[in-house]
Amino acid sequence: MDILSLFVVVPVLTIIALVFTKDLKQARLVSMVGSIFQLGMGINLVFAYFKERAINDSIMVLTKDVVWFEQFNIHYAIGVDGISVALIVLTTIVVLAGVFISWKMPDLPKEFFISLLVLSTGVYGFFISLDLFTMFMFYEIAVIPMYLLIGIWGSGPKEYSAMKLTLMLMGASAVLLVGVLGIYFNSNADGGALTFNILEISQVNIPFEAQKLFFPLTFVGFAVLGALFPFHTWSPDGHASAPTAVSMLHAGVLMKLGGYGVFRVAMFLLPEGAMHWDTFFIILAAIGVVYGAFGAIRQTDLKYINAYASVSHLGLVLFALLTLNKTAWNGAIIQSLSHGLLTAMFFALIGMIYGRTNTRDINKLGGLMKVLPFIGAIYVITGLAYLGLPGFSGFVAEMNIFVGAFENPNMFNRVLTILAVSSIVVTAVYILRLVGKIMMGPLVNDDFKDLPRATWYEKTGILLLLIPIIAIGVAPLWLSDMIMASLEPFIKGVL
Amino acid sequence: MDFSSFLLMRQEIILLAIILLLLVAEIFIPKNKKSSIVHLAIFLFGVHTVIGFLSIDECSIFGGSFQTNNLIHFFKNVLNIGVFILLLQSADWLQEKIVTQDKGTEFFILLFSSLLGMYFMISSGDFLMFYIGLELSTLPVAALAAYETSKRISSESGIKLILSAGLASGVSLFGISLLYATSGSIFFHDIIGVISASNLTILGFILFFTGLSFKISLVPFHFWTADVYEGAPISVASYLSVISKGAAVFILMILMFTIFKPLMHVWENIVYVIALATMFIGNLFALRQKNMKRFLAFSSIAQAGFILLGLISGTQLGSATIVYFILVYIFSNLAAFGVVQAISLKTGKENMDDYDGLYRTNPNLSLVMMLALFSLAGIPPVAGFFGKFFLFTAAASEGYYLLVFLAVVNVTISLYYYLSVIRAMFIRKSDNPIPFFKNKLYMRLGLLITVLGILVIGMYSPLYDYIYELSSIFN
Repeated sequence: MDILSLFVVVPVLTIIALVFTKDLKQARLVSMVGSIFQLGMGINLVFAYFKERAINDSIMVLTKDVVWFEQFNIHYAIGVDGISVALIVLTTIVVLAGVFISWKMPDLPKEFFISLLVLSTGVYGFFISLDLFTMFMFYEIAVIPMYLLIGIWGSGPKEYSAMKLTLMLMGASAVLLVGVLGIYFNSNADGGALTFNILEISQVNIPFEAQKLFFPLTFVGFAVLGALFPFHTWSPDGHASAPTAVSMLHAGVLMKLGGYGVFRVAMFLLPEGAMHWDTFFIILAAIGVVYGAFGAIRQTDLKYINAYASVSHLGLVLFALLTLNKTAWNGAIIQSLSHGLLTAMFFALIGMIYGRTNTRDINKLGGLMKVLPFIGAIYVITGLAYLGLPGFSGFVAEMNIFVGAFENPNMFNRVLTILAVSSIVVTAVYILRLVGKIMMGPLVNDDFKDLPRATWYEKTGILLLLIPIIAIGVAPLWLSDMIMASLEPFIKGVL
Repeated sequence: MDFSSFLLMRQEIILLAIILLLLVAEIFIPKNKKSSIVHLAIFLFGVHTVIGFLSIDECSIFGGSFQTNNLIHFFKNVLNIGVFILLLQSADWLQEKIVTQDKGTEFFILLFSSLLGMYFMISSGDFLMFYIGLELSTLPVAALAAYETSKRISSESGIKLILSAGLASGVSLFGISLLYATSGSIFFHDIIGVISASNLTILGFILFFTGLSFKISLVPFHFWTADVYEGAPISVASYLSVISKGAAVFILMILMFTIFKPLMHVWENIVYVIALATMFIGNLFALRQKNMKRFLAFSSIAQAGFILLGLISGTQLGSATIVYFILVYIFSNLAAFGVVQAISLKTGKENMDDYDGLYRTNPNLSLVMMLALFSLAGIPPVAGFFGKFFLFTAAASEGYYLLVFLAVVNVTISLYYYLSVIRAMFIRKSDNPIPFFKNKLYMRLGLLITVLGILVIGMYSPLYDYIYELSSIFN
């Protein structure tokens, strides 16, 4: 068994083991062991990647290729480059943190952890796929458990939110399907056989007419998952209703599939189409950046604030990808990682606060720092990292994005960049106001005096996320190296 | 022609022998042991299904009236498996409701006669044999639909089915007579050579197509479907939606890919429009259904619309994807109908609201239903995903991107109502949930086979490759 296939096999084995568990204790133990194993595999993968990279300079390493459906030339083809390695490691961290945060899951625990692991299987499979068919398949596998996760264990208008989220994401995958088929049936443009293999298609000169037609379909299909304005509306409702661990996984990992897919499929395979549609989509992305930030200011529900903030920050990822600049691309990938960790952290903290106070309304909260020192301190740190304070991952990402975006001499791009940069100021406004309101000041509600402190499993989950945030912020170069080396083929193809 | 040619009709002859055997058994089985007829019928049909897998020579006998080849033979096996699962799922209902009224044997005889009709229909080499098969496959089902004579709604369903089927076969027959008038022959292989796109031929084709559309319940010939499904016993509704529809699609595909191929420039437009209408109307009507049987009726109308996407390509790829999809569809739909059947038999409840909170009382049944609905909706990794993806690939291979796009929009619409059932079972809670109950052996076996099918058929690629190879006759 090669080390990439293990990322699909181990979660599946964990799921099978979970089927036989009897109660919450067994279920969380099994999921914890499975997730720790995944984290170990993730760390191992980083070393294996560097080792392989030293002797092998092809685009994708650790590859494997097995024919699946011969008639359609569908293969089980897997492989990774620096970008996917980074995102896989992110996933392993967030999944494990999610398991810890869900330590006390009262209702149907077994089913909860199974759904969570199905989701993570889909995400891993997506990141390792080199074949459009399996990639598409794993994308849908990752999305569909969200329905049950939000519907069964959610809060508020959960039926509505779950249905809205699922239908919008599956609708997006429907659009994507047409795009994928379009790419497939043009993959023989140079006289070769039809293929779903990304590396082979990238060598083919797909006719411009086809690229023009299928780029928007592929782009939108993925970008909806990355909360592209105006298709972001599923995200605030979905996040607000989802249980804590699901919000974490969703904002932290699942939404990254969008940016990754845009980059790996839409832009890599249809570069001329990307050039053609660039202006249109970059405007949408920039609107998303600014709109999300202003949307966050207006909200009073903690989860809605973070959901809109995610729209803004992931808009920045799409924006950076569409600037077609190497530095910005590097920033986009780091932003994906950084946002994944930070948002997961935020949602975990919100879950802890909500679990203790039973409210997420910022007007009813205040002075929590006094009664919840650990949670409060981490909240402040996360907030500062979120608005891009140097020393944390957020700064590295945004710095790269804006420097790269501004390098473009085009006046139009520069104006858009300035607009997007303004979102940083707005982010500072809502984050600082939020921290001031709920953490500082006098305690507003006397009922909050005896709130229980953070438990060991909550602290473990938090630390798991905090360590990489600081690591990326303090020593970003090793990560940049890994990503930069993997950007080369894209630069040849697109720029 | 010597006596051994009869062996080439092995499937038909064995089935006929089973029918006669049951008739005789009815006489000899004492009155207090009538329920053993159910065991006997299931056993005999099981043996028949297994024997069916022995290979058969390609042939054409009775002067070309009857023909068979590997694809047709394979498809008969598919039908056999479907009917076998259906029998397993109906066994409890038969023993509790039907055998006690002393109507058990007739049920099997009518059902098997209808299946025999389908064999002849898909093996036909001329329009006469085709028509006889069509009638033989339809008339017994009308009797079956009215089988629960104690219920008025069941009789109504039988009348509706026989009237609409009668009209449909009349229209079809008129079409056939026009085709005979223009080509001078009723034999398929004669017609292939002389068919041309004259107005009369096109009119004949359209009438013929209309007749079969009734059977597949394509829009706008679908009006009977929901009413008949709702009134008929669940086993019969299930038979109509799975076996009967599958066979009709198959013969339609064979005829359109062979004798009507020269008219392709005409029929591709017709199929295009009907596919869109069928998908949209089936899906939009399904959104509002509260009764599970009506719900599955509209869902099966919508599924027929998806099948037309394979038909429109007119190629070997299209044929392979259609047969594959029908295979997947048989397992998925039978699983869904099986769960509805089990619950209806134990509690008499057939509405979607009654399913609220089902997962907490009957987790296994809910999981089977969930897999079935995921497969019908086309969600990976279950078989339905592969079936739909390949159908869309077939349509896209001929450049029908807009049609594929509208079809995937429909997939999203359909997801809403499939998820509504899942919402009822998993998310909602009920004050009065369906209590826990255990199914009997036959029902459990019937559901288990469908679940295995749903899980395995998609992943197991050699099966698709095999079907693709069999479809090479359309090259």
